[in-house]
Amino acid sequence: MGAPDHALTGDLAEVVRHHRITQFLYREARLQDEHRYEEWESLWTEDAVYWVPANGEDIDPERDMSIVYDNRSRIGLRIRQFLTGKRYSQLPTSRLRRVIGNVEVLGEEHGGTRVTANMLLYESHRRGQILWASRNEYLLRAVDGQWRLAFKKVALVNNDTALTTMAFLI
Amino acid sequence: MIEASTAPAAHRPHWADLIQAEQVHGSLYTDPQIFQQELRKIWQRTWVYVGHVSEIPKPFDFVMKSIGPDPVLMTRDKDGQVHLLHNRCPHRGNQVCEKHRGNQRSFTCNYHGWNFGLDGALRGYPFPSGYARDKRKELGLAPVARVGIYKGFVFGSMAADGPSLEEHLGGARDAIDKLCRNSPEGEVEVTAGFLQHKVMANWKFVMENETDGYHPAFVHASIFDVADSQIGSLYGDTSTAVTRYFGNGHSEVDLRPEFRRRDKPLSWFGTTPEKLPDYVARMNAAYGEDEARRILIDGTPHIMIFPNLFIAEIQMFVIQPLSVGETVQHVTALQFKGASDFNRRLRQQTMGSVGPAGFLLADDAEMYERSHRGVQEKNPEWVYLGRGSHRERIDEHGYRIGHATDDLCSRGMWQHYRSLMEAA
Repeated sequence: MGAPDHALTGDLAEVVRHHRITQFLYREARLQDEHRYEEWESLWTEDAVYWVPANGEDIDPERDMSIVYDNRSRIGLRIRQFLTGKRYSQLPTSRLRRVIGNVEVLGEEHGGTRVTANMLLYESHRRGQILWASRNEYLLRAVDGQWRLAFKKVALVNNDTALTTMAFLI
Repeated sequence: MIEASTAPAAHRPHWADLIQAEQVHGSLYTDPQIFQQELRKIWQRTWVYVGHVSEIPKPFDFVMKSIGPDPVLMTRDKDGQVHLLHNRCPHRGNQVCEKHRGNQRSFTCNYHGWNFGLDGALRGYPFPSGYARDKRKELGLAPVARVGIYKGFVFGSMAADGPSLEEHLGGARDAIDKLCRNSPEGEVEVTAGFLQHKVMANWKFVMENETDGYHPAFVHASIFDVADSQIGSLYGDTSTAVTRYFGNGHSEVDLRPEFRRRDKPLSWFGTTPEKLPDYVARMNAAYGEDEARRILIDGTPHIMIFPNLFIAEIQMFVIQPLSVGETVQHVTALQFKGASDFNRRLRQQTMGSVGPAGFLLADDAEMYERSHRGVQEKNPEWVYLGRGSHRERIDEHGYRIGHATDDLCSRGMWQHYRSLMEAA
């Protein structure tokens, strides 16, 4: 008893798609860990929003303070600041390695594919060894055959507490 | 024969040796025993900024705040009065409130069910026959000894006696007045929520940095280089801005001489009246065009109100020491009542600048932490604060002023600190 061929083909296509999405998220994670700022910046679409909320996951970033709430131009400014060689909070850079897991493709919507994942990040810096954990949410869009980030939200588990400096890319 | 044992010598630093005219001893930032004395002589005695009335606008609103390391509940009772209460059940010491903020008619201690009003009064407790007398009049949530409110800014003092809040604020009152006049309705609001940025450094490094006009050109060069910012020139060698010491530990960097030289409304905020037409129209209607123009040229203050409230033009920082080497900066965008288009820009700009990933504050925080590590080396033992001693002068109000980049503010803070620590 097997599924009809066309169903298997559909499942396989889904698996391949999931694989490609996770490979993209892993690549983004590695570029962040290795402070490859310009390559990371090139992952974003022109209408991108990069959001790290504070005080919960569902605040209104248009009304409430967020840790990061960057449009595309501010993402660019963030990168240019690193490239001056005078962004002292990342000189020397934090040593970073992160794991992306529990990747779920939630579905298609206007503007792209909605994906969520968990993130666990280990930071080593002069101030100490710090573990960061978050629920990430992405809107990915295929542009010229490549995945791009149209939206990324990093909801840190402890974003309602006092956090040490995190000037690296999260 | 055995000598009668004597108590160990009290750890009583000779403050005049540690705090001199142009240098202070590094141990003042790192000695845990000195920190314990600061808690008693500064944080549990002087006026400390706690919160703003706009954070609890309605009866039965409350928000969790702090005085030093201790949590403090700021509440508004049914009659609208503001209270500062210690979050400690008078019964067995349990923390009564676990929420950060909310609106409720009472607090109930989950341990034994004691119930308190928003004014701290004990309203009732289960199984009352277990007590010989009614305890409701005797026990309640302990209030902070004194509450003072100036233009909506709520301060608390854990000392029953001492200077009034108005006396404590002194010349800083004028800066708060000027700040409020940037609202067409004359009121500041604190409604955008706080970021909490923890730094592994002593609180005094944070406080001193707030009105240090020497560092921006270097610490913040990275953002000045890439952003279309005119902040850098305010803190240059040829700047006409001044540092001012108000007494009682309060100091400011007065940037108005530079803004008046530019003579352009809203230049202080890096924008023009055309970009904020609603705000400018409402300011003109409120104050008249001439006065509104003056307000919009001068901008908002950059003032450090000792020991923990820093108003930084468009943001408000509240400094909270947790331990000798750990400090939290709570920061939010200032909001001006009746200025929604302006407020939106204030929030956007603040979010970019401050907090753990901010374009400015991440680098400030890095410097506090490096200083904290640095002063633990003993050679030299001193921190040098002599910049600009030779060019201090007295302004028309009798306050000491200096160049924008001078150490005048730090010298003033340390004089005040010494007077508080020397007090019995």
